[in-house]
Amino acid sequence: MEKRVTFKGWLLPLLLVAPQVAVTAVFFFYPAGQAVWQSLFIPDPFGLKSQFVGLGNFEFLLGDPYYRASFVTTAIFSSLVTVVSMGVALVLAVLADRLIKGSGTYRTLLIWPYAVAPAVAGVLWLFMFNTRVGVVAWYLGQLGYDWNHVLNGGEAMGLVVVASAWGRISYNFLFFLAGLQAIPRSVIEAAAIDGARFWTRFWTIVFPLLSPTTFFLLVVNIVYAFFETFGVIHTITSGGPQQATTILVYKVFADGFVGQDLGSSAAQSVILLVVVGVLTVVQFRFIERRVHY
Amino acid sequence: MATLTLTQVRKSFGATEVIHGVDIDVAEGEFIVIVGPSGCGKSTLLRMVAGLETVTAGEIAINGQRVNEREPMDRNIAMVFQNYALYPHMSVFDNMAYGLKIARMPKPEIAARVAEAARLLQLEPYLARRPRELSGGQRQRVAMGRAIVRQPAVFLFDEPLSNLDAKLRVQMRLEIKALQRKLGITSLYVTHDQVEAMTLADRMIVMNEGNAEQIGAPLEVYERPATLFAAQFIGSPSMNVLPGEGAEDGVVLENGMRIPLGRPVAGKVMLGIRPEHLVPDADGPLAIETGMSEPVGAQTLVHGRLTGSTAECVASLPGVHRESDLPAVQRYAVPPHAAHVFDAATGRRIGV
Ligand SMILES: Nc1ncnc2c1ncn2[C@@H]1O[C@H](COP(=O)(O)OP(=O)(O)OP(=O)(O)O)[C@@H](O)[C@H]1O
Ligand SMILES: [Mg+2]
Repeated sequence: MEKRVTFKGWLLPLLLVAPQVAVTAVFFFYPAGQAVWQSLFIPDPFGLKSQFVGLGNFEFLLGDPYYRASFVTTAIFSSLVTVVSMGVALVLAVLADRLIKGSGTYRTLLIWPYAVAPAVAGVLWLFMFNTRVGVVAWYLGQLGYDWNHVLNGGEAMGLVVVASAWGRISYNFLFFLAGLQAIPRSVIEAAAIDGARFWTRFWTIVFPLLSPTTFFLLVVNIVYAFFETFGVIHTITSGGPQQATTILVYKVFADGFVGQDLGSSAAQSVILLVVVGVLTVVQFRFIERRVHY
Repeated sequence: MATLTLTQVRKSFGATEVIHGVDIDVAEGEFIVIVGPSGCGKSTLLRMVAGLETVTAGEIAINGQRVNEREPMDRNIAMVFQNYALYPHMSVFDNMAYGLKIARMPKPEIAARVAEAARLLQLEPYLARRPRELSGGQRQRVAMGRAIVRQPAVFLFDEPLSNLDAKLRVQMRLEIKALQRKLGITSLYVTHDQVEAMTLADRMIVMNEGNAEQIGAPLEVYERPATLFAAQFIGSPSMNVLPGEGAEDGVVLENGMRIPLGRPVAGKVMLGIRPEHLVPDADGPLAIETGMSEPVGAQTLVHGRLTGSTAECVASLPGVHRESDLPAVQRYAVPPHAAHVFDAATGRRIGV
């Protein structure tokens, strides 16, 4: 039964939600409003006054091949991060679910990477793959593979994807494991008696029953890949080589704070906001409806 | 159709043994009910037959073939679970067709088999629904349907009716019985409800703490219980048990009352008499102080206590009797054929 708390008057409820509203206002609505406002201006080269250009910044961006390339990079990057982090997490969760003894230790160990900040994770991976002193790069060299993510765009992309996905695996793992353990054992047993072997069971029973969890993680991971991977990219590649790893968020930073083009940067933020908003709405409207049973 | 044989089957979880060597021989098409109190190991035994639990020792054979090492899907069995275990994301049709699809049966044949099962179980209007859109009884039928479409060698049921209300339980009990008769599939059915066991079973197995106490036809177990446990577990209200001592021609109860049985009995014993076999008789040997009476319609249960003793005793008398109509001390006759004598130490039946 649902428990409802009823308040008398409006002061207490208002006070209770006030901190949340204040935080959202200060850290989301205010900067978002500023971004929208700024996106309508072009500041002069000295930043002393700005000129109103209406939607000029947007017009320019959509015609800019570099900006469009960044869209493609972001799409590739987010898809890879999401697929890798969720895929690996799912495999680990399935293994952990079958394990009865020692699963506690296994779980704890798997959760550790989540506690590592993205920038620090970036540095860790950078050290391992450093072209001169990195352990992994050195072994790859021994095997005859000349690793150089500083020059090779594909390798740079691979490295930031792995570094970004790594930290997410533990988070996804926890949700997948909880999802797996919520599936009644008897349903799996019934499928086994019905003749389904492990993989058949997995694809026809377990995976469909896990789809609400998968959907939730999909949304969360895409948003993560869009925004929170900034630290990883900044420490490992700074968007290079030749913008090969410049995702939209990084471009906002690069154009705004490095290139000092605040108007364009603001317009990019607004576009990003809209893209993520649309993505999330689409996911909820069209996919979520199909995952409930 | 198949035979099912369990030979000295044992099961341990870690160091604790929960099944202590059970032997069962199920004939082709026979309906066997395993009945016992909660925690006695019924489900464990069934799950070992299904292959969901390993067998610690002993052998399980289907049609004479040892199946201990076979996976559940290689045993040609079907199981109905207590919570039905339907696939929540599939329609009723897909739930029933699942096993057939995996067996790569041609589509038209699948459709035909499911249609036949749906007709038998009156599920035709619900084939497109998801399990959550069904009532408990309908879900129960879908679980049955899923089992029968595969035409397995052996059916296993783990308390399939325990989540249904009393009326539906009686109805489904009859349906299961009729269906099993019709299909003639060897069945092993687990329940803790002795009425279900009595009505469904060709033969029943009374289980207690991991042992099969008695195997036999329901009326045979009722009329000639092999142990004190079987005697008290089967029959409602349960059998009266009065401690006593063997004598030349019967039993002397602890209050000195002599119950003649027409045969000599030796040692410390328990005398068992079913409530429905106590006949009021002013000259009877058994004197009972009348306590509460409970009219249950056709009979009245008269509770009481053996005079000069603490032993409780219940009599089930036909018709309606009010407490005020009964004498303070009622004497009962004990028909010798209705008296069961058990060894007080081992609980085993003594004599005929
Ligand atoms: N996986 C397990 N690990 C350890 N002990 C178990 C396990 N499964 C069952 N047991 C023990 O085995 C005994 C028999 O359990 P089982 O489930 O077979 O009982 P049951 O007769 O089916 O009871 P119920 O009528 O309550 O379903 C119980 O004492 C239980 O605690
Ligand atoms: Mg059980």
